[in-house]
Amino acid sequence: MSEAMPNVPQAQNSSDNGGSELAISADHLVRNFGNFTAVGDVSFQVKRGEIFGFLGPNGSGKTTVIKMLTGLLPLTGGSAMVQGLDVRTHPEEVRERIGYMSQKFSLYDDLTVAENLQFYGRVYSLSPDQLKKRMNEIIELNGLGPYMDRQAAKLSGGWKQRLALGCAMLHEPKLLFLDEPTAGIDPVARRQLWDLLFELSGHGITFFVTTHYMDEAERCSHVAYIYYGKLIADGTPNSLRELPEINPPGTMRIEISTPEVTRALRFARQIPNIRSATIFGQSIHALVDDHLDLEGVRERLLKEGIAVAEIRPLAPSLEDVFVELTYKHQELQEASRA
Amino acid sequence: MRDIFRGFGAVFFKEALHIRRDAGTLFFSLTMPLMQMFLLGFGVDTNIRRVPTVMYNADGRRESRELIDRFVNSDTFSILRYAQSDGEMNDLIVAGKARVGIKIPVDYSDRLLHQMSAQVLVLIDGSDSSIAATAINVSNAIGLDESLRRALKDRDFMAVEMRPKMLFNPDSRSPNFFLPGLTAIMLLNVTTFLTAFSIVREKERGTLEQLFVTPVRPFGLLLGKLLPYLCVGFFELCLILTFMRFIFRVPIHGSLILLAILSLPYLFAALSLGILISSKAASQAEAMQLAFLPILPSVFFSGYIFPRETIPAIFRPLSYMIPATYFINITRGVILRGATLRHLWADGLALCAIGTLLLVIAARRFQNKVISA
Repeated sequence: MSEAMPNVPQAQNSSDNGGSELAISADHLVRNFGNFTAVGDVSFQVKRGEIFGFLGPNGSGKTTVIKMLTGLLPLTGGSAMVQGLDVRTHPEEVRERIGYMSQKFSLYDDLTVAENLQFYGRVYSLSPDQLKKRMNEIIELNGLGPYMDRQAAKLSGGWKQRLALGCAMLHEPKLLFLDEPTAGIDPVARRQLWDLLFELSGHGITFFVTTHYMDEAERCSHVAYIYYGKLIADGTPNSLRELPEINPPGTMRIEISTPEVTRALRFARQIPNIRSATIFGQSIHALVDDHLDLEGVRERLLKEGIAVAEIRPLAPSLEDVFVELTYKHQELQEASRA
Repeated sequence: MRDIFRGFGAVFFKEALHIRRDAGTLFFSLTMPLMQMFLLGFGVDTNIRRVPTVMYNADGRRESRELIDRFVNSDTFSILRYAQSDGEMNDLIVAGKARVGIKIPVDYSDRLLHQMSAQVLVLIDGSDSSIAATAINVSNAIGLDESLRRALKDRDFMAVEMRPKMLFNPDSRSPNFFLPGLTAIMLLNVTTFLTAFSIVREKERGTLEQLFVTPVRPFGLLLGKLLPYLCVGFFELCLILTFMRFIFRVPIHGSLILLAILSLPYLFAALSLGILISSKAASQAEAMQLAFLPILPSVFFSGYIFPRETIPAIFRPLSYMIPATYFINITRGVILRGATLRHLWADGLALCAIGTLLLVIAARRFQNKVISA
């Protein structure tokens, strides 16, 4: 990617957002559909320049939250400030200042790349000069130059996504909502997109990204996990990994590398002091009591004819975090129901 | 003010591109109505002529043969067969081969010669009401005429003679009657379908959702969608009128400019209807079905085929809600009767009102949809 980026606005010297440090401030958001509560009392804050990863299972309320923050859905309760504006009273102004890319990329298939860009330029009332300048900047950023006259339908998934992102940021929004931007595109395009996001975020653009990929969540500077309308995790990946719920006192996490993971798992689960264990590729991740004798585990498995290459301590992954928090949340719910 | 139409220019320009890109659809939707026009213009004749008739002449003498000649000369009846019995006559009617059966009784000539009233039985298949009505009228007229002729024998003039003069369509040509009305139906077809599809396509692709996250406002979006298809509809109207005038030789008595101006509110109403349909339909298949809904009422309750005077009172309000009702009055008025704005302004106003109402409802539905989806 090019080094000179005159196109990207500097967050520090932007003056139109009241100087607030926060790109998004969601305060006790509630959204009901009839009797069904899609979003129940969700609060979080996103600082300027953050890449905010918003995770959760399908149907857990991710898209509903996006719709509320973009002014498409009225709030049943709570309030939300986006780019310093109250979405309930200024939805039009909010839409001027944000970009949105849906998971379907939502392009006009029968129009060319240039025509798609021009259309959004007109939608945001860019002058012809501004439009030309912005199009050049975006081409430089995403490399769409050679495809300008190609119909969007004939682009591959990765290029479609770059075009959609280009359309969403044509009007220089400082906050972009990306709803599953990497669903269904190849790994190279996925990597390139994230490189682009980091670069833009370095220039003060805030990203609100939903994803199902845990490795993408790890790349975010701020992660939240929504589980059926409730926010059950919110923080930096590292702070989440260090939560006491994830690391109960007197426990640690270990990784056991072995060629025979399936058999090893069966025996590992019988060892006292191993609280839980699960397979990760060619290894087993386990939550164990911290006084567990690791050499003893190795010998025990060897006795069953299972060679162990390595046993080492492991930091919890975000997936571990979300799994653990989901269990905790379910237990709490069942307890409150009983 | 500019704000509530935000995005109009962008959408208009983009929509024009879509239309140009998809030349196949455009061509198809422009030529389909012309084909319908050829079918109806050449293939349909509303004048009832040569109704197949079975004749059972039980008498057979000169007087009865004179009566048969009168039936044949009327050009309304065409004798399919001479039956030899009541049964044979009935069979042909039941089988649908003959629409009318005429039986001249054995004593027809005798009774006439003895100055008595002679009765002729005319059986009419009532399954087609317009044929039946014509058959009744013409056979009554023949009977009356024959009676008069016999009563007047020595006097050579009638006391009262009617001289009907048919205005506007003196030869009662069917294309003159059909094509101006068909214009309204064909325009409705094209415009409603095209707009409904163009919006539903955006729903399916997800681009509509995308647009709602931009500053584009519902009226800007809808008018931007509507106007390009207004141009298409107007072009279609010009095509239809050209064909009507030069291929079907329907004379245009009034002002073409007036017709063009009054077609705009009609197209506006039809397009708004398409938009309303698209606000309801989630897929193109659903839009297709919904777009067919207004067509039948527009054919049957607008006066296009059946005179509006025959519509039962409870359905009369329905006919006033159908845009085609007003536009058919406008096309027939301008083309056949040479009507001017003085005669037609109310129809134009009604169309403007219907169009605006439909568009406002559609815009509201879109606004609500965004908010509740």
